[in-house]
Amino acid sequence: MRYIEQEKVVRRMNGRMVVNRVFQGLFMFATALALLALVILLYRIVSQGAGHLSLDFLTNFASRFPDQAGIKAALVGSIWLMAVVAPTSILLGVGSAIYLEEYAKKGRITTFIQMNISNLAGVPSVVFGLLGLTIFVRALALGNSILAAGFTMSLLILPVIIVAAQEAIRSVPGELRDASYGMGATKWQTIVRIILPAAIPGILTGSILALSRAIGETAPLIVVGIPVIIQFLPEGVMDTFTALPMQIYDWSSRPQAEFQTVAAAGIIVLMVVLLFMNSIAVFIRNKFDKSY
Amino acid sequence: MRTSVQELIAKSKDKKSKKIIEKLIPILLFLIASVSVLTTIGIVLTLIIETITFFTRVPLSDFILGTTWLPFANSGAQFGIWPLIVGTLKITGIAIVVAVPIGISAAIYLSEYASDNVRRIVKPVLEVLAGVPTIVYGFFALTFVTPVLQSFFPDIKIFNAISPGIVVGIMIIPMIASLSEDAMSSVPKSIRDGALAMGSTKFEVAWKITVPAALSGIIASVVLGLSRAIGETMIVSLAAGSTPKFDGDFTGSIQTMTAYIVQVSKGDAGYGTTIYYSIYAVGFTLFLFTMAMNILAGYMSKRFREEY
Repeated sequence: MRYIEQEKVVRRMNGRMVVNRVFQGLFMFATALALLALVILLYRIVSQGAGHLSLDFLTNFASRFPDQAGIKAALVGSIWLMAVVAPTSILLGVGSAIYLEEYAKKGRITTFIQMNISNLAGVPSVVFGLLGLTIFVRALALGNSILAAGFTMSLLILPVIIVAAQEAIRSVPGELRDASYGMGATKWQTIVRIILPAAIPGILTGSILALSRAIGETAPLIVVGIPVIIQFLPEGVMDTFTALPMQIYDWSSRPQAEFQTVAAAGIIVLMVVLLFMNSIAVFIRNKFDKSY
Repeated sequence: MRTSVQELIAKSKDKKSKKIIEKLIPILLFLIASVSVLTTIGIVLTLIIETITFFTRVPLSDFILGTTWLPFANSGAQFGIWPLIVGTLKITGIAIVVAVPIGISAAIYLSEYASDNVRRIVKPVLEVLAGVPTIVYGFFALTFVTPVLQSFFPDIKIFNAISPGIVVGIMIIPMIASLSEDAMSSVPKSIRDGALAMGSTKFEVAWKITVPAALSGIIASVVLGLSRAIGETMIVSLAAGSTPKFDGDFTGSIQTMTAYIVQVSKGDAGYGTTIYYSIYAVGFTLFLFTMAMNILAGYMSKRFREEY
């Protein structure tokens, strides 16, 4: 008795190979489609907005007239916003990560905090806006200031930073830790002098990526009540301000076609800022990529 | 006389400040770590308290059973949530139809067919796609996808459900692709090699071995994508319009839950008005939807995980 009917296998082989080819083509096509979407998106924005880009666009305030509209207030406002978000979110994120990785005992509370962080990452940004509106703008009476918006954004990206910092700390090899203890260092000394320096590239890369998400977020700013038309620059964290995505949103939603060009130019500025931040992250990752 | 190392250690151990630091730091760090828990509590309490205030003015039954959402009417404002839910579901439905086939196909291609070189190029590009701010996608939907659709189907209005739905789908492709790919890559190579050695084609390996083995992860990625689509705000605010409708029309202006929150926030609804509280009731509904999705995704990936 033969276990394999050879003719049958041979007869079916061609069909199976064809099916394999067809699906390989389909899968490749789908992947190409996703990449094509990005290409079209970037091409459209550059071709629409490049004409409006000029030094005046960077140094003018917003205007009723499309050809005079500039992005100065929004650009400076976004930098101010980052000046609040970066220290707040990195301090909270790295502190939480150190606690969870180094101090917390494996148990119900730690599992609960960990589960809470992953759930928090799935909450829509507009809901964080509602939190900011109630707690920071109204209850703490910060108004629609840089501080209120900055705290809201910090909480929004906190889960991302915690997870990134946890991974960075976890990847520090145990021998380094043991060696430090062996030399008589205390736990805190070990953390500050051994673990954090070794984990800093990972922490910075994750934080910069999280911050670049914060710089492009619009919904929480709208809900917190950040205005769009601002003809002055903020001078402190209690001042009101506007930000790049807010300004782009306002220009995009205007009916006049000219403002779409202005919006595209604003998007180019935002994308350049994002590209800059991402290159720093990649640079840090490559420069300090120590493998133990 | 030189002090010995032992004496130095003994001296340093006696320092009170050091002992205090070692005691205080864990407490401080615990307080920092509890901020994330406090954030969740803050979100839930905020939403519940303001929603309760809303329900003292609008009966709960009107809200969850009503099919008319007319908050801005001068007299006889109606707060039936269903039009906003239907709007959200229209967007989510289109997004899933776009993102699931493309995302999972891309994942299969990357994990089963692509060479290392291709993977090294495609994966970062997908990451870029995932990092594009949603406001940019919104602009793209309004100024490119809608006009293109209109040139094929003249019936489509400037504000419609199809264009933002497609773009929300494009937005969640990278998420579905990369999470599904992670799930497929974690299927052990030995199983794949076994099937190939028995004479399977690559497609048969992907379809009969990898996809079934990674199914829990794939489904979880789709559910997380759903949750992202439900909570997406800027694309729908820019391109979907602001007409809450309880019908099956995709070609005209609609409104989602998120877009309503933005519309009210933008319009400076006075603090303490019913409209002001309504955004919390809508936000709470939205929160429940996404929470249910996230919990379901977590459950799926745990419950149906194949252990090797």
